[in-house]
Amino acid sequence: MSTGTVLPNEAPEHCPGVNSESAGKASACAGCPNQNICSEPKGPDPGIQLVKERLSEVTNKILVLSGKGGVGKSTVTALLSRTLAADDSERNVAVLDIDICGPSQPRVLGVADEQVHQSGSGWSPVYVEDNLSVMSIGFLLGSPDDAIIWRGPKKNGMIRQFLSEVDWGKLDFLLIDTPPGTSDEHLSAVTYLSKAGLSGAIIVTTPQEVALLDVRKEIDFCRKVNVEILGVIENMSSFICPNCDKSSEIFPVTTGGARKMCEDLRVPFLGSLPLDPRIARCCDEGRDFITELPDSPALKASSEIVKRVLESCKQQKQ
Amino acid sequence: MLDDVKHIILVLSGKGGVGKSTVSTQLALTMKEKGHKVGLLDIDLCGPSVPYLLQLESHDVHQADGGWVPVYTDESQSLAVMSIGFLLNDRNTAVVWRGPKKTAMVKQFLTDVCWGNLDYLIIDTPPGTSDEHITVMENLKSVKLDGAIIVTTPQQVSTEDVRKEITFCKKTGIPILGIIENMSGFVCPHCSDCTNIFSKGGGESLSEMNKIPFLGTLPIDPRIGQLLGKACVKELPDSTSAKVFCEIVKQISETT
Repeated sequence: MSTGTVLPNEAPEHCPGVNSESAGKASACAGCPNQNICSEPKGPDPGIQLVKERLSEVTNKILVLSGKGGVGKSTVTALLSRTLAADDSERNVAVLDIDICGPSQPRVLGVADEQVHQSGSGWSPVYVEDNLSVMSIGFLLGSPDDAIIWRGPKKNGMIRQFLSEVDWGKLDFLLIDTPPGTSDEHLSAVTYLSKAGLSGAIIVTTPQEVALLDVRKEIDFCRKVNVEILGVIENMSSFICPNCDKSSEIFPVTTGGARKMCEDLRVPFLGSLPLDPRIARCCDEGRDFITELPDSPALKASSEIVKRVLESCKQQKQ
Repeated sequence: MLDDVKHIILVLSGKGGVGKSTVSTQLALTMKEKGHKVGLLDIDLCGPSVPYLLQLESHDVHQADGGWVPVYTDESQSLAVMSIGFLLNDRNTAVVWRGPKKTAMVKQFLTDVCWGNLDYLIIDTPPGTSDEHITVMENLKSVKLDGAIIVTTPQQVSTEDVRKEITFCKKTGIPILGIIENMSGFVCPHCSDCTNIFSKGGGESLSEMNKIPFLGTLPIDPRIGQLLGKACVKELPDSTSAKVFCEIVKQISETT
């Protein structure tokens, strides 16, 4: 056996070594439990290149992240994408929902009953407005009761398909809505987008410590995998009682809230969104809150946030 | 390791941020107040909340001959806790793990912790229907898993994900003990008007639709989130939440 070949433990006799050209293909490999792993192509995942090609006409690619669940990632994604699309009819915006186990975008954007069509150039996303499209695993399920009980590798494959096979056309913004945590979906998205030029991540949190605790971990994740943090949005900051118009805290700030966390960890703070139950109801029913609730304080706050996001995307490009 | 554990209960929800950890800790504390010996296992590896909610963040897990010794909330040793939070040096560090590593950790939590004699072991889970859930289900199926409590908030965006969790339980043969609807209404501290911020009745209609017992409705009460280790039934005995927790524990002890 020549030097330099790497042999696994309990390798079969005449094993060609896991790094060799004939790994998995030599006659000695027949019957070896590692044969499948060895015969896979070497080098970086070919998906990375496919994603780069597919998304070459997408100017800004933004991840919406949060370590914590239920803080409003999907609502904020919908809010930002609808605001971006409504501001300028020439601007093309799309949302990709990579929450495989709990997809919310079809409902929040009001296209829950739509189906995805396949064409020669890939999957066609579902159009919410002329310049706002969305893709989610929710469109591929037969019934809302269907559960996706998948371990990591299958989720990885699905995300790769979403990133490399959806025919978005020319886009100014692609917002990627993620599940909570710092695990498979996040690693897969970041890996596949590594050559495609990810603009950065927007992190969503609520004000209370139990959420901030998980969000700090997400910031650590971004730093570990070298994803630029465009900023943090604090959602559900205050609640204005529809009866007496007075403000109260549903999720009380005990440790300075998101603003203090941003100062401590030196990341930009993009703004606070008040809790408007009418927006929550619109999201439940999939109605367009921009036309229905033009006076909502949450929409005013979100257009300020969008301005800051546009600003930091511009800076990124320079 | 689970031989001397009488009952095992999973706390599940397809949706994140609905209050699984708050419900798990308060259930454990309520059971403790009722004189039971309780264990609380947090298998949310990327976002462990239980150590903070019980104010045990600075505690360490010790290794003994028999396995890991859980952290006890007080000298009475009637509430034992295990979480990945106890194994991390810094509370801001992310656990960036793919499935197989998470699976191995969850398995270790299920097999290597010396719980001793317990009346109830409550398992708090992360949102979703993926690696952690499959691992728990596979490893506990052979043991006496009494069933799962499902937590939801009332709005459709949440119940839609929870329906998937119910399908998961049905497919994998986990009995569902019941549904808890959390964050049902918010009573304005200024004018006492109740607003259903996240709508109302979603959990109840979900239970009717799937013919699953309905365990109770918990209102949004910002005081509960700030109890941090103290039992709601002891500190705020007159609150609606305290009554609901007592009622839920009663129902659990009757059905299991």
